Amino acid sequence: MAHAAPTAVGFQDCRNIWVKTLEDLAEADPRIVAVVNDSVGSSKLNSFQKRFPDRLINVGIAEQVMVGVGAGLANGGRIPFVSAAGCFITGRALEQVKADIAYAGFNVKLVGQSSGIAYGELGATHHSIEDFAWLRPLTNLTVICPADAWETAEAVKWAAAHQGPVYLRLSRMPVPDLDISNRQFRPGRAEVVRRGEDLAIIACGTTVHLAASAADLLTAEGIHARVLNFSTINPLDEAALHDAAATGAIVTVEEASVRGGLGGAVAEFTAGHRPVPVERIGFPGFLPTGSTDWLFREYGLSPEGIAAAAHRALSRKA
Amino acid sequence: MLTNDKLPLIREKALWMRRTAFTMVHRAQLGHPGGDFSAMDILATLYFGVLNHDPKRPNWPDRDRFVMSKGHATGALYSALCAAGYFPEDWLKTYMQPKSLLNGHPNRNYLAGVETNTGPLGHGFPVATGIAIAGQITGATYRTFVLTGDGEQQEGSNWEAAMVAGHRKLVNLTLIIDRNRLQQGAGTEETSGLDPLDDKYRAFGFDVFEVDGHDPAALLAVLGTAPGTKPRCVIANTVKGKGVSFMEGVASWHHGVPTDAQYEQAMKELV
Ligand SMILES: Cc1ncc(C[n+]2csc(CCOP(=O)(O)OP(=O)(O)O)c2C)c(N)n1
Ligand SMILES: [Mg+2]
Repeated sequence: MAHAAPTAVGFQDCRNIWVKTLEDLAEADPRIVAVVNDSVGSSKLNSFQKRFPDRLINVGIAEQVMVGVGAGLANGGRIPFVSAAGCFITGRALEQVKADIAYAGFNVKLVGQSSGIAYGELGATHHSIEDFAWLRPLTNLTVICPADAWETAEAVKWAAAHQGPVYLRLSRMPVPDLDISNRQFRPGRAEVVRRGEDLAIIACGTTVHLAASAADLLTAEGIHARVLNFSTINPLDEAALHDAAATGAIVTVEEASVRGGLGGAVAEFTAGHRPVPVERIGFPGFLPTGSTDWLFREYGLSPEGIAAAAHRALSRKA
Repeated sequence: MLTNDKLPLIREKALWMRRTAFTMVHRAQLGHPGGDFSAMDILATLYFGVLNHDPKRPNWPDRDRFVMSKGHATGALYSALCAAGYFPEDWLKTYMQPKSLLNGHPNRNYLAGVETNTGPLGHGFPVATGIAIAGQITGATYRTFVLTGDGEQQEGSNWEAAMVAGHRKLVNLTLIIDRNRLQQGAGTEETSGLDPLDDKYRAFGFDVFEVDGHDPAALLAVLGTAPGTKPRCVIANTVKGKGVSFMEGVASWHHGVPTDAQYEQAMKELV
């Protein structure tokens, strides 16, 4: 698998906090089990496996079975965290996710690892940029894409306590902790990262800190952008979207396809309630070979790229 | 016709391919060298001893097909395609670089000689089955070979394909399994055991052969002979990382990458 980019100071690979949190939860609650597809290492579950050998179920390279087994374990009273590369747990096992987890309503926590384009050089088969579009329409499935280590830990804790199916979309790309004081994790609610009334930048996951930096660039030009951490993709925080649309211009940013994901959800909402220009930043489709960093820059997932999109949105503002 | 005079060429190419693949992985600091090296002698035998193909006419309808289902082993596939003349040697330097045609997993839209896109495991055998059915219903003479990993056999899609291939008696189809007994994180038998793999495929309607996957003569003796009355399954017993002492049989070399010193060491051994 692709190696991680060198970690900048203060940047963290959120997989470390994911597994630490899971181990703490598992220590306290014997019902928690992990289910994997030969992905112990890539899910960082080696120490979980050592501590709880009977509670790590490795079904081998068999994602459909992995998700089905997760549903069965929930039926048997366990709380399964089913963890695999985002591309395979969604794409390969999509019907199991739909029928066995969302539709059947089992208390299963699906965890997509190294989502988005963490496996840049490995190509489109290993990119997980369609997952929002695939999962967002599934009734009952809460979809959360945490923005930093703190939110990753909170989301894992919340998922364990929540009764019902959850998809946690985790990243491997190191991110800084967002500088927000007095944070409280509220699933289904957008978090204000920067205040502003000129436009709203709506981001999730690895792109939230980039959106905050873009807002800083815009502030220097006298433009005040609101930045929202929209970590819950399903269900949508409609109140926050109403307020965002009231600024008159929106930019969406996601490490995902621009079709059907966060940007698609915002465009659906605004078209139905309050039409305003929406500029969507993300990936257009199957991507060329390249490192994660290179692909981010190439497709404008950067402070400069987001600021440029803000200008485009503002120029279209009524 | 069994032509043992092909053996020196196959061995020479396999050595060049190992050196080339390791150089690619070292330069990119990315790749899957363990699975490259277990498959290397199988690919060299196919491309230089078995396949009826022509790199100048990669879309020739009657060409034999080779499907690389274990698509992570692009060090092996790309060095084989390059050695066979499908693309120039200087492309190898671009392995996994931005916009390279040598993507981490093979893409048929990028490279001639790639029959289908692979990377997610468990896709190649179903596609190869379709290629073989096309040959069967049109009376074409080409043969279809597909190589899967052994861990890859845990994907149920393989067994669905096996049922179709056995049912339809696809005699022109040969499944080769790179039986290195390791998958990504551990051994196959401790993860989700496959044995007895031969009995399983026999039960699915295949003629099963078990060979030393590092012995081109043994591989040729099966792959180079005319089809029988059933599809074939060749269990090629291999060693992951074969040819480099510190990689052989070590699971972490699945996607390990060499330091400069390890690279130099490997180049000394690969002679
Ligand atoms: C559907 C799918 N699940 C998981 C992976 C991740 N993966 C890549 S290679 C690999 C192990 C493959 O083991 P094996 O088939 O034995 O290959 P080899 O030993 O020949 O490298 C895994 C799990 C994948 N590529 N596709
Ligand atoms: Mg193997």
